Amino acid sequence: MDIARVVAFAFIAVVLVVVLRQERPELAMLVGAAAGAMLVLQMLGPLGQAVTALADLAGRAKVERFYLDTVLRVIGVAYLAEFGSQICRDAGEGALASKVELAGKVLIMVFAVPVVTAVVEVVLRLLP
Amino acid sequence: MEIDIIFKIAGVGMLVAILCIVLRKMDREEMAQLLTLVGVVVVLSMVIKLITDLFSSVRVMFRL
Repeated sequence: MDIARVVAFAFIAVVLVVVLRQERPELAMLVGAAAGAMLVLQMLGPLGQAVTALADLAGRAKVERFYLDTVLRVIGVAYLAEFGSQICRDAGEGALASKVELAGKVLIMVFAVPVVTAVVEVVLRLLP
Repeated sequence: MEIDIIFKIAGVGMLVAILCIVLRKMDREEMAQLLTLVGVVVVLSMVIKLITDLFSSVRVMFRL
């Protein structure tokens, strides 16, 4: 999946969106969202290999599986929230975009709580 | 990289746009509105399929 095909695909999608924007802005937004989703679908393959490689490294380094899963989940939530908020912002809905980002931040905080408690426990055990 | 889905969506969009102009010229405003609605629903169903694929594969990938 070389970069040239990705850029060509994005360029064609942009041209179609601009053509559609004068007459039917809502359909133009949908074409943009569809193109974005397809580009990311193409990128998930290589990303999967990177994630499995990371997991193998973490396994060899005896890092606990739980922490790696938390990191992956946080990355996933951050990415999806950003994807949604960008689509809202493209459609001109800044307020909606910031609400989606707020939801993403809250979810990431929820995922981070166990890790933070683990760290605090370790620190407390070290203190005399 | 199936680009034909994007062409299909854009094609439906342009068809709806042109037909709306024609209907407006024939002084059929309500038909034009109805046609726009139908166009949006058709395109939305295609896009929703893509978005659900994306979300399910991301969910599997990141173990969400």
